[in-house]
Amino acid sequence: MNKDILICGVGGQGTVLASKIIAASASAEGSQIHSAETIGMAQRGGSVTSHVRIGDKAHSPLIPFGNADLLLAFEPAEAVRNLKYLRKDGVAIVNTVASKPVTESLADTGYDGSNMTAYIADKCSCIFVDSDRVCAPFGSSRFFNIIILGIAAGSGKLGIAQDTILEQIEKRVPKAYVDINIKAFRTGYETGQGAGN
Amino acid sequence: MKEYVMGNGAIALGALSAGVNLVAGYPGTPSSEIIETVSKYPHEGIHLEWSVNEKSALEVASAAAYSGARALVTMKQVGLNVASDPLMSLAYVGVKGGLVIVSADDPGPISSQTEQDTRRFADFCRIPVFDPSTPEEAFAMIGDAFEYSEKYHTPLLFRPTTRVCHAYASIDVPGSYTPKEYEGFIKDSRKWVIFPKLSYMNHGLIEERNIKIGQDFSGYRFNNVTGNSAKAVVTSGVSYTYVKECIGDRDDIKVIRVATAFPFPESFMTDALSDVSEVLCIEELSPYIEEQILKTVGIHHLDVTVHGKLDGMVPHNGEMSTELAAGILSGYLGMELSRELIDTSDAPKLPLRPPVLCAGCPHRASFYAVKKAMEGRKAVFCGDIGCYTLGNAMPLDMVDTCLCMGAGITMAQGFAHTDPDSVCFASVGDSTFFASGMTGVVNAVYNEADMILCVLDNSTTAMTGHQPHPGTGRNMMGNIVDKVDIAKVLEGIGVKSIVTVDPLDLKESVEAVKHAAEIKGVKAIIFKSPCIAISKPQGKCSVDGSKCINCKKCIKEVGCPALITVEGHVSIDMNLCTGCGLCAKVCPVSAIGGRNDE
Repeated sequence: MNKDILICGVGGQGTVLASKIIAASASAEGSQIHSAETIGMAQRGGSVTSHVRIGDKAHSPLIPFGNADLLLAFEPAEAVRNLKYLRKDGVAIVNTVASKPVTESLADTGYDGSNMTAYIADKCSCIFVDSDRVCAPFGSSRFFNIIILGIAAGSGKLGIAQDTILEQIEKRVPKAYVDINIKAFRTGYETGQGAGN
Repeated sequence: MKEYVMGNGAIALGALSAGVNLVAGYPGTPSSEIIETVSKYPHEGIHLEWSVNEKSALEVASAAAYSGARALVTMKQVGLNVASDPLMSLAYVGVKGGLVIVSADDPGPISSQTEQDTRRFADFCRIPVFDPSTPEEAFAMIGDAFEYSEKYHTPLLFRPTTRVCHAYASIDVPGSYTPKEYEGFIKDSRKWVIFPKLSYMNHGLIEERNIKIGQDFSGYRFNNVTGNSAKAVVTSGVSYTYVKECIGDRDDIKVIRVATAFPFPESFMTDALSDVSEVLCIEELSPYIEEQILKTVGIHHLDVTVHGKLDGMVPHNGEMSTELAAGILSGYLGMELSRELIDTSDAPKLPLRPPVLCAGCPHRASFYAVKKAMEGRKAVFCGDIGCYTLGNAMPLDMVDTCLCMGAGITMAQGFAHTDPDSVCFASVGDSTFFASGMTGVVNAVYNEADMILCVLDNSTTAMTGHQPHPGTGRNMMGNIVDKVDIAKVLEGIGVKSIVTVDPLDLKESVEAVKHAAEIKGVKAIIFKSPCIAISKPQGKCSVDGSKCINCKKCIKEVGCPALITVEGHVSIDMNLCTGCGLCAKVCPVSAIGGRNDE
């Protein structure tokens, strides 16, 4: 299998854990993996991306523009910012809840992400998720990274078996949070199964 | 066994596999994870340290290498400037055990002050440099680097770039590591004491040796040629992967890859260019290989036209990428190599996301206190390198200058001497204070500067990933050690007034700044509060909608990312708030509370 997955969002949203779990899961299924993360100053509230490249055809650590099969966007404007990475026939899973930068709060331009979701809906095949709604039962938006992973897996777009991912969640999440993360993943998986049809 | 590791991890495991005996460095993106990886793997018998700065790290490692041990030193490219004093001399003296200096370059730049090129530094010092393209290669090349270092008795540079350091790959590693056996230091002052006579003699020998290394490198396994065409492409480092991404498996394009830029593998290049009429150099940072090819073409009277940065075909600044390479290669080769993309030219205006101080960061409170205390007064705020450089952002706007590690202190002195009407401030973090701030304070005291030093002590090296430093009481050997006390250091230097305050106590902090501004000489305020990433949140703040008059003073003055507007009204993002309470103190109608109420 050759597959490129781009994960994007805002520093602090947990994109890195999502990318690590995807990479480790694909690796556990015997695929060759390369990935790359945003590290350093940009992590402080800046735009962040993780590139996960599955298969032996990848040379560059970064996905070339127009080559990603799947875009996991934790924020609507970040989805638009990174849309250039997606193949024309690729799929974007997009959080509709906007994350306002401090500059936006100061200038108050009224950015709420709705223009971004409307734009992207016309550009490619999309699955939209409201993180506030899906995270509500878990009490924190911190679980969104695992939920969106579940949606990607459930929709069939990730191409990795549910059990493989669950095993990696158990390995990588602190013990006290394993159960709730597994529940979050299953919730996402069911949502994805519905959306993928 | 297989390990899925970051490029920096690959470098660490490569060094462990090569039997490294000592690893030292100073944190700096993109190099920091090398030492952290060594600490996470079994490393019994290896001395591991975060040194106080890069110069110290290299000097510690030099002694190890004089003793026949293998030593690895890690830093980012600007750290190499700090280490350049010992490095220039060490290049003349040479080593016995292998000494590899990893200096990670940062094209872009993404997290750095400069787009300098370590390959040029290698040329400047006349020592070899290795330039890996991927984490897999970095792992393999580190072992080669130690071999070459010992074969030619020279320290050498190892130059990954951000995209190699921060890329992940699966690497086959041995399960256990054994440090090399070494002889120990054998005294020989003719060899180890640098004197003009030794430098004169070794300078000649080094130039002769470098010709030999260039010949040796001509057969080096990672200098290679693929495909065949009269129009060739020369590339190096991560750019090689972008070129491969563009051309795929096709063999009708000649690609020449140079992994050892200095000493230049000249005979490898003349062979590679034998049936070539034009060559395009795709490399990041300086046109180093391009210049070496121009030189080679000149020396050998080759009929080859050289393209690259020098004729404007490739940009001088910024990163290379698959897309940029595809565009340049398409024009050069006369074939379309770019991919079809979703048209995003009509995208709505995207919100900017400049990096900001985290919600609850104590630096925000420190800057705000200084700002409040200096309202209506002429003041200059010299910043430094660390998270607190982000204090420059609106609405704080509290960093007027930032030059290099430690420069804020000495620049505040410079302003004190040239702009005596201003109150001159230097803000420096705890790790930067130890790295290169202390000598600046001595200079200020000695030269009678009138300035206020603000040490923003968050008990860690936050920006690069929370490494310990001499003030934390922990070191990389896993030991609890005596803390070097910043206040006592300042007292020993002779700073006239030293106060330590909690920046989250706004009133006390503002008073401390006002008081310092009234005293002559060098004054210091230590704003002490731990980084929010290493401490427990103190609760949450919330806005009482019935009291809030929606003046947005909190947002406009503090600029905390947890302060947001929801449907036009100020609200606090509960996922971000740490309960620092700064916004509550700023609110004119006491509408924000809750920090300790629960």
